[in-house]
Amino acid sequence: MARIIVVTSGKGGVGKTTTSAAIAMGLAKRGHKTAVIDFDVGLRNLDLIMGCERRVVYDFVNVINGEASLNQALIRDKNCNLLYILPASQTRDKDALTLEGVGRILEELSKDFQYIVCDSPAGIEKGAYLALYYADDAFVVTNPEVSSVRDSDRMLGILASKSRRAERNEEPVKEYLLLTRYDPSRVKSGEMLGLDDVQDILSLQLLGIIPESKSVLTASNSGIPVILDEKSEAGQAYEDVVARYLGEDRPHRFIEDKKGFFRKLFGGKS
Amino acid sequence: MSLLDYFRKSKPKSAAIAKERLQILVAHERTARNRPSYLPQLQKELLDVIRKYVNVDQDAISVNFEQDENQETLELNIVLPDYQQENKSVNM
Repeated sequence: MARIIVVTSGKGGVGKTTTSAAIAMGLAKRGHKTAVIDFDVGLRNLDLIMGCERRVVYDFVNVINGEASLNQALIRDKNCNLLYILPASQTRDKDALTLEGVGRILEELSKDFQYIVCDSPAGIEKGAYLALYYADDAFVVTNPEVSSVRDSDRMLGILASKSRRAERNEEPVKEYLLLTRYDPSRVKSGEMLGLDDVQDILSLQLLGIIPESKSVLTASNSGIPVILDEKSEAGQAYEDVVARYLGEDRPHRFIEDKKGFFRKLFGGKS
Repeated sequence: MSLLDYFRKSKPKSAAIAKERLQILVAHERTARNRPSYLPQLQKELLDVIRKYVNVDQDAISVNFEQDENQETLELNIVLPDYQQENKSVNM
Protein backbone atom coordinates (compact mmCIF):
# COMPACT_ATOMS: atom_id res chain seq x y z
CA MET A 1 0.00 0.00 0.00
CA ALA A 2 1.26 3.43 -0.92
CA ARG A 3 1.31 6.35 1.45
CA ILE A 4 -0.61 9.25 -0.07
CA ILE A 5 0.77 12.74 0.57
CA VAL A 6 -1.10 15.90 -0.36
CA VAL A 7 0.88 19.10 -0.81
CA THR A 8 -1.60 21.85 -0.05
CA SER A 9 -1.81 25.47 1.07
CA GLY A 10 -5.05 27.17 0.09
CA LYS A 11 -3.16 30.20 -1.12
CA GLY A 12 -1.51 30.21 -4.53
CA GLY A 13 2.12 30.93 -5.28
CA VAL A 14 3.53 29.71 -1.98
CA GLY A 15 5.53 26.83 -3.46
CA LYS A 16 3.24 23.81 -3.68
CA THR A 17 4.48 22.60 -7.04
CA THR A 18 8.12 23.35 -6.20
CA THR A 19 7.63 21.36 -3.00
CA SER A 20 5.79 18.48 -4.71
CA ALA A 21 8.56 18.14 -7.30
CA ALA A 22 11.30 18.34 -4.69
CA ILE A 23 9.90 15.87 -2.19
CA ALA A 24 8.79 13.40 -4.85
CA MET A 25 12.33 13.45 -6.25
CA GLY A 26 13.77 13.18 -2.74
CA LEU A 27 11.67 10.13 -1.89
CA ALA A 28 12.48 8.45 -5.19
CA LYS A 29 16.21 9.15 -4.86
CA ARG A 30 16.10 7.35 -1.53
CA GLY A 31 14.86 4.26 -3.26
CA HIS A 32 11.10 4.61 -2.83
CA LYS A 33 9.05 4.21 -5.95
CA THR A 34 7.10 7.45 -6.11
CA ALA A 35 4.39 8.95 -8.30
CA VAL A 36 3.64 12.67 -8.33
CA ILE A 37 0.25 13.79 -9.61
CA ASP A 38 -0.75 17.25 -10.79
CA PHE A 39 -4.32 17.97 -9.65
CA ASP A 40 -4.44 21.42 -11.19
CA VAL A 41 -6.67 20.61 -14.15
CA GLY A 42 -6.62 23.44 -16.67
CA LEU A 43 -3.43 24.98 -15.30
CA ARG A 44 -0.91 22.21 -15.23
CA ASN A 45 2.60 23.21 -14.30
CA LEU A 46 4.16 20.27 -12.55
CA ASP A 47 5.35 18.97 -15.93
CA LEU A 48 7.33 22.20 -16.44
CA ILE A 49 8.87 22.13 -12.98
CA MET A 50 9.82 18.48 -13.51
CA GLY A 51 11.15 19.23 -16.99
CA CYS A 52 8.97 16.70 -18.80
CA GLU A 53 6.54 19.07 -20.54
CA ARG A 54 7.49 17.83 -24.00
CA ARG A 55 6.90 14.23 -23.12
CA VAL A 56 3.25 14.62 -22.09
CA VAL A 57 1.04 12.49 -24.29
CA TYR A 58 -1.82 11.43 -22.06
CA ASP A 59 -2.94 12.98 -18.80
CA PHE A 60 -4.84 12.37 -15.57
CA VAL A 61 -8.23 13.01 -17.20
CA ASN A 62 -7.50 10.64 -20.10
CA VAL A 63 -6.84 7.90 -17.57
CA ILE A 64 -9.98 8.65 -15.57
CA ASN A 65 -12.05 8.56 -18.76
CA GLY A 66 -10.46 5.30 -19.84
CA GLU A 67 -8.89 6.88 -22.94
CA ALA A 68 -5.43 5.80 -21.85
CA SER A 69 -4.01 3.35 -19.40
CA LEU A 70 -2.13 4.52 -16.33
CA ASN A 71 1.09 3.13 -17.77
CA GLN A 72 0.61 5.11 -20.96
CA ALA A 73 0.06 8.36 -19.05
CA LEU A 74 2.79 8.04 -16.42
CA ILE A 75 6.03 9.75 -17.44
CA ARG A 76 9.22 8.30 -16.07
CA ASP A 77 11.51 11.01 -14.73
CA LYS A 78 14.72 11.55 -16.67
CA ASN A 79 16.84 11.92 -13.53
CA CYS A 80 15.46 9.12 -11.43
CA ASN A 81 13.93 5.91 -12.69
CA LEU A 82 11.86 5.37 -9.53
CA LEU A 83 9.95 8.61 -10.07
CA TYR A 84 6.88 8.94 -12.29
CA ILE A 85 4.80 11.99 -13.14
CA LEU A 86 1.10 12.01 -13.92
CA PRO A 87 0.37 15.35 -15.57
CA ALA A 88 -2.89 17.25 -15.29
CA SER A 89 -5.05 17.87 -18.30
CA GLN A 90 -4.52 21.28 -19.85
CA THR A 91 -7.68 21.85 -21.81
CA ARG A 92 -10.71 20.22 -20.30
CA ASP A 93 -13.05 21.53 -17.71
CA LYS A 94 -12.56 21.06 -14.00
CA ASP A 95 -15.44 18.63 -13.64
CA ALA A 96 -13.37 16.08 -15.51
CA LEU A 97 -12.00 14.83 -12.21
CA THR A 98 -14.41 12.84 -10.09
CA LEU A 99 -14.06 11.55 -6.56
CA GLU A 100 -14.65 8.02 -7.74
CA GLY A 101 -12.25 8.33 -10.70
CA VAL A 102 -9.46 9.78 -8.57
CA GLY A 103 -10.01 7.05 -5.99
CA ARG A 104 -9.75 4.37 -8.65
CA ILE A 105 -6.46 5.72 -9.98
CA LEU A 106 -4.94 6.16 -6.54
CA GLU A 107 -5.89 2.61 -5.71
CA GLU A 108 -4.29 1.31 -8.87
CA LEU A 109 -1.13 3.32 -8.21
CA SER A 110 -1.05 2.09 -4.62
CA LYS A 111 -0.38 -1.45 -5.80
CA ASP A 112 2.85 -0.47 -7.47
CA PHE A 113 4.13 2.64 -5.69
CA GLN A 114 5.32 3.38 -2.18
CA TYR A 115 4.52 7.09 -2.16
CA ILE A 116 1.98 9.10 -4.09
CA VAL A 117 2.43 12.87 -3.95
CA CYS A 118 -0.67 14.88 -4.84
CA ASP A 119 0.13 18.42 -5.94
CA SER A 120 -3.00 20.38 -5.03
CA PRO A 121 -4.22 23.41 -6.94
CA ALA A 122 -4.70 26.65 -5.03
CA GLY A 123 -8.10 27.50 -3.61
CA ILE A 124 -10.64 25.32 -1.86
CA GLU A 125 -12.61 24.15 -4.85
CA LYS A 126 -13.02 20.74 -6.36
CA GLY A 127 -9.43 20.14 -7.47
CA ALA A 128 -8.06 20.99 -4.04
CA TYR A 129 -10.72 18.86 -2.36
CA LEU A 130 -9.98 15.87 -4.56
CA ALA A 131 -6.23 16.24 -3.98
CA LEU A 132 -6.65 16.04 -0.22
CA TYR A 133 -9.59 13.65 0.07
CA TYR A 134 -7.61 10.39 -0.02
CA ALA A 135 -4.51 11.71 1.76
CA ASP A 136 -2.73 9.99 4.62
CA ASP A 137 -0.33 12.87 5.18
CA ALA A 138 -0.63 16.57 4.41
CA PHE A 139 2.30 18.86 3.76
CA VAL A 140 0.93 22.32 4.45
CA VAL A 141 3.08 24.79 2.55
CA THR A 142 3.00 28.19 4.19
CA ASN A 143 4.77 31.48 3.60
CA PRO A 144 5.51 33.68 6.63
CA GLU A 145 2.82 36.11 5.56
CA VAL A 146 -0.68 36.84 6.90
CA SER A 147 -2.81 35.61 4.02
CA SER A 148 -0.86 32.41 3.62
CA VAL A 149 -1.04 31.56 7.33
CA ARG A 150 -4.76 32.25 7.37
CA ASP A 151 -5.37 30.08 4.32
CA SER A 152 -3.25 27.29 5.77
CA ASP A 153 -5.40 27.33 8.89
CA ARG A 154 -8.45 27.11 6.69
CA MET A 155 -6.98 24.09 4.88
CA LEU A 156 -6.32 22.43 8.23
CA GLY A 157 -10.00 22.80 9.00
CA ILE A 158 -10.91 21.21 5.69
CA LEU A 159 -8.46 18.34 6.19
CA ALA A 160 -9.98 17.69 9.58
CA SER A 161 -13.55 17.64 8.31
CA LYS A 162 -13.67 16.75 4.62
CA SER A 163 -10.95 14.15 4.08
CA ARG A 164 -11.82 10.49 3.73
CA ARG A 165 -10.09 9.76 7.03
CA ALA A 166 -12.32 12.35 8.71
CA GLU A 167 -15.45 11.00 7.05
CA ARG A 168 -14.65 7.46 8.12
CA ASN A 169 -13.63 8.48 11.62
CA GLU A 170 -10.21 6.99 11.05
CA GLU A 171 -6.96 8.29 12.42
CA PRO A 172 -6.78 11.89 11.14
CA VAL A 173 -4.60 13.00 8.25
CA LYS A 174 -1.12 13.67 9.63
CA GLU A 175 -0.40 17.34 9.10
CA TYR A 176 3.09 18.77 8.65
CA LEU A 177 4.28 22.33 8.20
CA LEU A 178 6.68 23.46 5.50
CA LEU A 179 7.55 27.09 5.96
CA THR A 180 8.74 28.34 2.59
CA ARG A 181 10.30 31.52 1.24
CA TYR A 182 11.65 32.22 4.69
CA ASP A 183 14.02 35.14 5.04
CA PRO A 184 15.78 35.07 8.42
CA SER A 185 17.19 38.56 8.02
CA ARG A 186 13.73 40.03 7.52
CA VAL A 187 12.44 38.01 10.45
CA LYS A 188 15.22 39.41 12.54
CA SER A 189 14.40 42.97 11.60
CA GLY A 190 10.75 42.39 12.42
CA GLU A 191 9.46 42.68 8.90
CA MET A 192 8.47 39.05 8.56
CA LEU A 193 6.62 36.57 10.73
CA GLY A 194 9.10 34.18 12.31
CA LEU A 195 8.85 30.44 12.77
CA ASP A 196 7.66 30.86 16.36
CA ASP A 197 4.99 33.34 15.29
CA VAL A 198 3.63 30.99 12.66
CA GLN A 199 3.80 28.03 15.03
CA ASP A 200 1.96 29.96 17.75
CA ILE A 201 -0.95 30.02 15.35
CA LEU A 202 -0.74 26.76 13.41
CA SER A 203 1.14 24.50 15.89
CA LEU A 204 2.02 21.77 13.42
CA GLN A 205 4.88 19.34 13.27
CA LEU A 206 7.60 21.22 11.39
CA LEU A 207 9.13 19.30 8.51
CA GLY A 208 11.39 22.11 7.48
CA ILE A 209 12.05 25.72 6.70
CA ILE A 210 12.85 26.45 3.08
CA PRO A 211 14.78 29.69 2.88
CA GLU A 212 14.08 32.20 0.14
CA SER A 213 16.62 31.19 -2.44
CA LYS A 214 17.57 32.19 -5.95
CA SER A 215 18.16 28.55 -6.77
CA VAL A 216 14.39 27.87 -6.75
CA LEU A 217 13.88 30.07 -9.79
CA THR A 218 17.01 28.70 -11.45
CA ALA A 219 15.70 25.18 -10.90
CA SER A 220 12.26 25.93 -12.34
CA ASN A 221 13.86 27.76 -15.27
CA SER A 222 15.68 24.60 -16.19
CA GLY A 223 13.00 22.09 -15.20
CA ILE A 224 15.05 20.31 -12.56
CA PRO A 225 13.59 19.90 -9.07
CA VAL A 226 15.54 22.15 -6.72
CA ILE A 227 16.37 19.24 -4.41
CA LEU A 228 18.87 18.07 -7.05
CA ASP A 229 20.80 21.31 -6.57
CA GLU A 230 22.67 20.00 -3.57
CA LYS A 231 24.75 23.13 -3.18
CA SER A 232 21.75 25.39 -2.75
CA GLU A 233 20.19 26.10 0.63
CA ALA A 234 16.72 25.35 -0.71
CA GLY A 235 17.91 22.04 -2.11
CA GLN A 236 19.48 21.08 1.21
CA ALA A 237 16.39 22.21 3.08
CA TYR A 238 14.19 19.94 0.95
CA GLU A 239 16.64 17.09 1.44
CA ASP A 240 16.22 17.59 5.20
CA VAL A 241 12.44 17.64 4.79
CA VAL A 242 12.43 14.26 3.08
CA ALA A 243 14.80 12.79 5.66
CA ARG A 244 12.66 14.05 8.54
CA TYR A 245 9.50 12.78 6.92
CA LEU A 246 11.10 9.35 6.67
CA GLY A 247 11.88 9.46 10.36
CA GLU A 248 15.42 10.81 10.54
CA ASP A 249 16.13 13.25 13.30
CA ARG A 250 17.83 16.27 11.78
CA PRO A 251 18.25 19.63 13.49
CA HIS A 252 16.42 22.47 11.79
CA ARG A 253 18.50 24.84 9.72
CA PHE A 254 17.99 28.17 7.99
CA ILE A 255 16.11 29.65 10.95
CA GLU A 256 18.77 32.12 11.85
CA ASP A 257 20.36 34.91 9.95
CA LYS A 258 24.03 34.01 9.57
CA LYS A 259 25.03 37.33 8.08
CA GLY A 260 23.46 39.11 10.99
CA PHE A 261 25.48 36.99 13.32
CA PHE A 262 28.74 37.95 11.66
CA ARG A 263 27.74 41.56 11.51
CA LYS A 264 27.10 41.31 15.21
CA LEU A 265 30.56 39.84 15.75
CA PHE A 266 32.19 42.74 13.99
CA GLY A 267 30.05 45.21 15.81
CA GLY A 268 28.24 46.53 12.78
CA LYS A 269 24.62 47.52 12.72
CA SER A 270 22.30 44.58 12.26
CA MET B 1 15.88 29.77 21.71
CA SER B 2 17.86 32.61 23.23
CA LEU B 3 18.85 33.73 19.80
CA LEU B 4 15.21 33.70 18.74
CA ASP B 5 14.35 35.72 21.81
CA TYR B 6 16.96 38.18 20.74
CA PHE B 7 15.17 38.45 17.40
CA ARG B 8 11.95 39.03 19.25
CA LYS B 9 13.26 41.94 21.22
CA SER B 10 14.64 43.68 18.19
CA LYS B 11 11.40 43.06 16.32
CA PRO B 12 9.82 46.41 16.04
CA LYS B 13 6.70 46.66 13.98
CA SER B 14 4.94 45.01 11.18
CA ALA B 15 5.58 41.34 11.96
CA ALA B 16 4.24 41.87 15.48
CA ILE B 17 1.17 43.58 14.07
CA ALA B 18 0.73 40.74 11.58
CA LYS B 19 0.86 38.15 14.32
CA GLU B 20 -1.64 39.96 16.49
CA ARG B 21 -4.08 40.40 13.62
CA LEU B 22 -3.70 36.76 12.65
CA GLN B 23 -4.27 35.46 16.15
CA ILE B 24 -7.53 37.35 16.48
CA LEU B 25 -8.73 36.42 13.03
CA VAL B 26 -7.81 32.75 13.21
CA ALA B 27 -9.40 32.33 16.64
CA HIS B 28 -12.58 33.88 15.30
CA GLU B 29 -12.61 31.72 12.17
CA ARG B 30 -11.96 28.54 14.13
CA THR B 31 -14.96 29.18 16.37
CA ALA B 32 -17.14 29.82 13.36
CA ARG B 33 -15.84 26.66 11.69
CA ASN B 34 -16.69 24.41 14.62
CA ARG B 35 -20.15 25.79 15.08
CA PRO B 36 -22.86 23.30 14.09
CA SER B 37 -24.69 24.27 10.93
CA TYR B 38 -28.11 23.97 12.54
CA LEU B 39 -27.60 27.00 14.79
CA PRO B 40 -29.32 29.67 12.66
CA GLN B 41 -32.37 27.44 12.13
CA LEU B 42 -32.49 26.58 15.83
CA GLN B 43 -32.39 30.26 16.70
CA LYS B 44 -35.22 31.04 14.32
CA GLU B 45 -37.47 28.25 15.57
CA LEU B 46 -36.82 29.08 19.21
CA LEU B 47 -37.75 32.66 18.48
CA ASP B 48 -41.03 31.53 16.91
CA VAL B 49 -41.91 29.45 19.95
CA ILE B 50 -41.07 32.19 22.41
CA ARG B 51 -43.08 34.71 20.43
CA LYS B 52 -46.19 32.63 20.95
CA TYR B 53 -46.04 33.65 24.60
CA VAL B 54 -43.89 36.73 24.86
CA ASN B 55 -43.42 39.52 22.41
CA VAL B 56 -39.65 39.67 22.01
CA ASP B 57 -37.43 41.27 19.42
CA GLN B 58 -35.33 39.43 16.92
CA ASP B 59 -32.16 40.33 18.78
CA ALA B 60 -33.54 39.45 22.20
CA ILE B 61 -32.38 35.91 21.74
CA SER B 62 -28.83 34.72 21.36
CA VAL B 63 -27.58 31.22 20.79
CA ASN B 64 -23.94 30.49 21.55
CA PHE B 65 -22.04 27.37 20.93
CA GLU B 66 -18.80 26.69 22.73
CA GLN B 67 -16.49 23.78 22.59
CA ASP B 68 -13.55 22.69 24.67
CA GLU B 69 -11.76 19.40 24.97
CA ASN B 70 -14.29 17.76 27.23
CA GLN B 71 -17.65 19.19 26.35
CA GLU B 72 -19.79 21.16 24.02
CA THR B 73 -21.97 23.87 25.49
CA LEU B 74 -25.04 25.32 23.90
CA GLU B 75 -25.90 28.56 25.62
CA LEU B 76 -29.29 30.11 25.08
CA ASN B 77 -29.95 33.61 26.28
CA ILE B 78 -33.35 35.28 26.04
CA VAL B 79 -33.89 38.82 27.19
CA LEU B 80 -37.52 39.24 28.23
CA PRO B 81 -39.04 42.63 27.68
CA ASP B 82 -39.78 44.94 30.58
CA TYR B 83 -42.91 43.67 32.38
CA GLN B 84 -44.71 47.03 32.42
CA GLN B 85 -44.18 47.61 28.76
CA GLU B 86 -45.24 44.09 28.01
CA ASN B 87 -48.51 44.69 29.91
CA LYS B 88 -49.14 47.85 28.01
CA SER B 89 -48.63 46.26 24.69
CA VAL B 90 -50.93 43.41 25.66
CA ASN B 91 -53.61 45.83 26.85
CA MET B 92 -53.51 47.78 23.67
